[in-house]
Amino acid sequence: METGNFHHALKIREDLCIGCSHCMNVCPTEAIRVKNGKSVLFGDRCVDCGECFRVCPVSAIIIDHDDFNYIFDYKYRVALVPAVFTGQFPEDISLRQIHSVMLELGFTHIYEVENSVDVLSETLDAYISKNNETKPLISSFCPAIVRLIQVKFPALVDNIIRLKPPLDISAHFLKKELLSKGIPSEEIGIFYVTPCAAKIAAIKDPVGETNSPIAGVINMDFLFNKVYRQVKQRNNQSCAIPLSPKLSGKSTCWSLTSGEASHAKGRCLAIDEIHNVIEFLERLENEEISDIDFLELRACDESCAGGVLTTSNRFLTVERLRNHADSYHAKDEPVHPDAFRNPTSESDYLNERIFIDEVKPRSILKLDENMAEAMRKMEKVNRIMQLLPLVDCGVCGAPSCQALAQDIAQGEAKIQQCIFIQKILEQKGEMSLDDSIEVMQGIWGYGKTNKYRDIKGF
Amino acid sequence: MMHFEFQVEGGNFTKAGAASSQLKKILKQLNVDPKIVKRIVVALYEAEVNIVAHAYKGDIIIDIDTQKIGIKLIDEGPGIPDIEQAMQLGYSTASPSVREMGFGAGMGLPNIKNNSDELRITSEVNKGTIVELITYLNQ
Ligand SMILES: Nc1ncnc2c1ncn2[C@@H]1O[C@H](COP(=O)(O)OP(=O)(O)OP(=O)(O)O)[C@@H](O)[C@H]1O
Ligand code: SF4
Ligand code: SF4
Ligand SMILES: [Mg+2]
Repeated sequence: METGNFHHALKIREDLCIGCSHCMNVCPTEAIRVKNGKSVLFGDRCVDCGECFRVCPVSAIIIDHDDFNYIFDYKYRVALVPAVFTGQFPEDISLRQIHSVMLELGFTHIYEVENSVDVLSETLDAYISKNNETKPLISSFCPAIVRLIQVKFPALVDNIIRLKPPLDISAHFLKKELLSKGIPSEEIGIFYVTPCAAKIAAIKDPVGETNSPIAGVINMDFLFNKVYRQVKQRNNQSCAIPLSPKLSGKSTCWSLTSGEASHAKGRCLAIDEIHNVIEFLERLENEEISDIDFLELRACDESCAGGVLTTSNRFLTVERLRNHADSYHAKDEPVHPDAFRNPTSESDYLNERIFIDEVKPRSILKLDENMAEAMRKMEKVNRIMQLLPLVDCGVCGAPSCQALAQDIAQGEAKIQQCIFIQKILEQKGEMSLDDSIEVMQGIWGYGKTNKYRDIKGF
Repeated sequence: MMHFEFQVEGGNFTKAGAASSQLKKILKQLNVDPKIVKRIVVALYEAEVNIVAHAYKGDIIIDIDTQKIGIKLIDEGPGIPDIEQAMQLGYSTASPSVREMGFGAGMGLPNIKNNSDELRITSEVNKGTIVELITYLNQ
C-alpha cells in the first residue's frame, strides 16, 4: 500500500513499540500492520482519530506538537484555547486563575476558540437553507470525520459543509485584530491548544484550504499539566490582564455532543464516537436514511470532551461546561476595555474567508485505479478468503483475514503469514520448520517468537 | 466479468438492504465512480425492499463487467397485475403494517427507474416478478 502524503500528527515510536498489536486491532480504518515486531502505519488510511493512541500500553504512539519554547519566537503570543480546556479544571479553579498562570508561562493573549461561534452559526443557517437539495449536510467541525468520509465514504464528500470550523474563524479574527493594532504579521504567533491529533493534522495539512493563520499547536494534556501544577503551587486569584469576553452558553457547548445539532435548523442529528459514526454513514450511503437536514458527527465519545489529549474524565468535563453555560448571563458580564471585540464586529471580513474548497474523495477501498485490474484483484481476494480460517486472530500481522487477503492481492503480504496455512504446509512437507519460524519472526520480531526457547529455568 | 448472488427473505425488514450494502462494498473496491455507485445502490435497495415488502422470497443475481452492471431480481410472490399502474408515483398496495415501518409511499419503482439506465419488469400473477436493471459505467 502506498503511503499517502497526508500529514499525520500521530507517530509510532519504533524504539518504544513492543509490537503488541493492540493498536492494530482497534483502528477503525485498518491502517496498522505489525512487521518485524513493530506496528507500521499506512498513512493513506489513517484518519487521525487517535483510537490507537488510547490503547497503547507503553505510550509508543505519540502526538507530535510544537516545542513550547517556539512561542517565544514571536513578540505577541496568543493562546487559542477551546472551551474543553477550561473544562479540564475542577470547579474551584477559576478562569482567571487559569488565564493568569498561562500569562506567566509566556502567553501575551488568551482567546477562546468558540468566540467565533456566533459568526459561524449565522452563516451556517444561511448555508443550510441555501443548500437544501443536498441532504443531509454534514458538519465540517471534526477533522477526523472529514478524513473518514474522504477515505471510507467517498460518495458523501459533497455533503460536507464547506464552512470552516470555529478554530479557523477565530484565528483569522485574532490575526486581523492584532494587525489592526499596527502589529506586524511576523510578530504574531497564534498557538492552538489542541484536544486531539485530528486538529493538528487539519492545521498542518488543511483539507480544502491552503494556508492557516495558526503558527503552532500545543497539546492540551501538556499545557494542562503545566498550568494545573502552577495553580496548585500558589494560590493566586488575581488577574490583571485583558480578559476575553465570556463565552455564551451556546458557544461554551458548541464542541460538545449536540452543540451544533441543537442549534441548526430542520431535522438534525448528533452522533459521537467513530464506530457509531461509521455505522450511521453506512446506512446513509445506502440511502436507507433520508430526510435529515443536518448531521453533527464527532470522532470522540462525548465529542471534544473525550478528545485523546484531554486529561479530565469526559463526563465531568461535560458537566462543568454545562454548568458554565447555565450560569452565563449576558448582561452581568463586565467587559475589559482592552479585551478583544466579539468577532461579529468583523463578520463581513470573516465571511469572505469562511469557505473551504471542495473536499476531494481519497478512497482507500479501491483495489486498483483501473477497474479491470481491480476485478482481477477482487477475484484473487475472494479465492484467498476461501483458504483462510476466518478467525481474525491477527497472528499474521493484519487485523483480519479479509485484511490479509487484500494485502496479499496487493502484493504486500504472503499467504504463509497465516498460522493455520503454515501448519498445513509443514504437514505436507511444503514448508520447513525453519522457514515458518522465519515468517513468524518477520511479523513479530525475534524476541516474541523465541521467548519459550530463550527463557530458562521456568 | 464477475458474478454474485444473494437471497432475500420476504417479510424480514431487519435484513432488507443487505444485498445493496454488499454490492456497494464491491463497487467501491472496484473503483466505480461514487455517483454511479449511489444510483445502483439506491435502485437495488428499492427493488430488494419490494421483495421483502410484497413477495415471499427472491434471488438477486448481479453481473459486473467493465462496461456495465446488470442486476436481476427474481421473486416468488403475488406478482404485479398492472405494471404500468405500479410504476406510477404514489401507487402502493402496501399493508398498514408495512406502512408503519416507513415504507409504502409508492416511490420505489419510480425511484428504480430514475436510478438505472435500463429497466425491465415482467410479472405473472400468483407466481412472481422479475425485475432487471442495467447501469452503464462509461457515461
Ligand atoms: N416484487 C413485487 N412483488 C409484488 N408486488 C410488487 C413488487 N414490487 C412492487 N410491487 C407492487 O407495486 C407497487 C408499487 O411499488 P413501489 O416500490 O413503487 O411502492 P411501494 O413498495 O408500495 O412503496 P415504497 O417503495 O415507496 O416503500 C407496490 O405497492 C406493490 O403493489
Ligand atoms: S489514528 Fe485512528 S485511523 Fe490512524 S492509525 Fe490510529 S486508530 Fe487508525
Ligand atoms: S470530536 Fe473533537 S476532539 Fe475528537 S477528534 Fe473530533 S475534533 Fe478532535
Ligand atoms: Mg417499494
